[in-house]
Amino acid sequence: MDSEPSETHSRVVLDDEKIRRALMRIAHEILESTSEVESLYLVAIPNGGVPLGRRLVENIESLSGIRPGMGILDTTLYRDDLTRRGMRPRLRKTEMPSSVDDRLVILVEDVVNTGRTIRAAMDALMDFGRPRTVRVVALVDRGRRELPIKIDYAGKNIPTQSGETVILRIGEEESEVEARDESLEVVVRTQRGAHDADAVKEAQS
Amino acid sequence: MIGQDLLGIEDLEREQIELILETAEGMQEIASRDVKKVPTLRGRTVVNLFFEPSTRTQTSFEIAGKRLAADVVNFSASSSSLSKSESLLDTAKTLDAMDPDVVIVRHRVAGVPRKIADVLDAPVINAGDGAHEHPSQALLDMLTVYQQKGRIEGLSVAIVGDIAHSRVARSNIYGFTKLGAEVRVAGPPTLLPPGVDELGVKSYTSLREALDGVDVVMALRIQTERLTGALIPSVREYSATFGLDRAKLRFARPDAIVMHPGPVNRGVELSHELTDDRPSVILDQVRNGVALRMALLYLIAGRSASRGKEQASG
Repeated sequence: MDSEPSETHSRVVLDDEKIRRALMRIAHEILESTSEVESLYLVAIPNGGVPLGRRLVENIESLSGIRPGMGILDTTLYRDDLTRRGMRPRLRKTEMPSSVDDRLVILVEDVVNTGRTIRAAMDALMDFGRPRTVRVVALVDRGRRELPIKIDYAGKNIPTQSGETVILRIGEEESEVEARDESLEVVVRTQRGAHDADAVKEAQS
Repeated sequence: MIGQDLLGIEDLEREQIELILETAEGMQEIASRDVKKVPTLRGRTVVNLFFEPSTRTQTSFEIAGKRLAADVVNFSASSSSLSKSESLLDTAKTLDAMDPDVVIVRHRVAGVPRKIADVLDAPVINAGDGAHEHPSQALLDMLTVYQQKGRIEGLSVAIVGDIAHSRVARSNIYGFTKLGAEVRVAGPPTLLPPGVDELGVKSYTSLREALDGVDVVMALRIQTERLTGALIPSVREYSATFGLDRAKLRFARPDAIVMHPGPVNRGVELSHELTDDRPSVILDQVRNGVALRMALLYLIAGRSASRGKEQASG
């Protein structure tokens, strides 16, 4: 939508190897906290949650021998900022191949900050059925919550300031859903003149 | 973004058409859910302002609005004060004072939606005006072709029937040519508009030549009561020459699809079997119509206090 401000400083805070280790640790934690692996259903929030969800599926399968189900849930139509005219983000893919009823649903998101996307995801999820439990994985928790949302499994806490953007970079693309087996990294960008980091993140999606 | 109003495909850029189609594809999944509703337009009001009877288009917009959680109000000419000789624009202004977030307009006279858009604060979607345009129908046709064929660029599309009086034909000619398809029109010479070639299409009076090697055949409804005797000799004659059946479809590519904006005069534009069975995709068109109109409402609905009509053309 918007063009990038000219002055941008990027630093990598999680490289592919660190992301792999974080996702393996999270897979262990998920398995430790439940005795019902069969009811696990990973629901990834596009775009960044999708490659993370795929890796978590692999990890959980290799640790437990059971391959959990995975779905993709776009939260765009549930956002709380659509009342502003001109605010019409592009829709992304939703694919929920099996029912969420009575499942242990794990929402998978790349970066959680205000908590508004997770709120939207929970509302969207309830339109697909009645999960028994919902938990949240965030690769990065920026911690500037605006809603009472907690992260159950965090890859890394990265406190950031307004004006900074945290992006999951997938291969050459940023948060490209179709890319598989690409190397991942999380970068923090500092942009001069950006008054609100979330607005910048949204403008890029 | 697309503009403030949607009055015709002629006004759209290729990128805007593609954005609408992509958004409609995203909306399709909602129809397969248990709860076929998302809260996106909660608290918004969609007004269907139909001065000409329409079941399909009006219902399609109504369902689209409801699936997005909008409040949908149907305002049809028969029940309105138009019968009490209130002027068209007065009616529109009265409606606008009730703060709708989008007004869907259909009228038998070309250009009325634009006139109404000029005086309303709310965005306007043209749901068909005279023989001018019917943009939502053309967009759902493009979506259907895209999903059946995987592309639109490079395809050949033949539109058959009453081209001269058809807003569906006009909007589709603009749309498919903008997306890089070759468009042909075919019909009796009395039903081909003069100067249609200037729109970038080729016109044919032989169905066989028109269908030769095409990927898509779109049959248009023949308004039998209006045309018979004046512009076509008889319905039977029309049907024999331009009505599609499996035999005539052999002129097209073997994998050609058959479309119709509905309602079909069975046995006139299409044989019974082509109306009901593959390769006709008529029910896919109807299904796609809801998703496409959800996309339009999503992209367009909403009033803005600061907005001025004059600066909102882009």
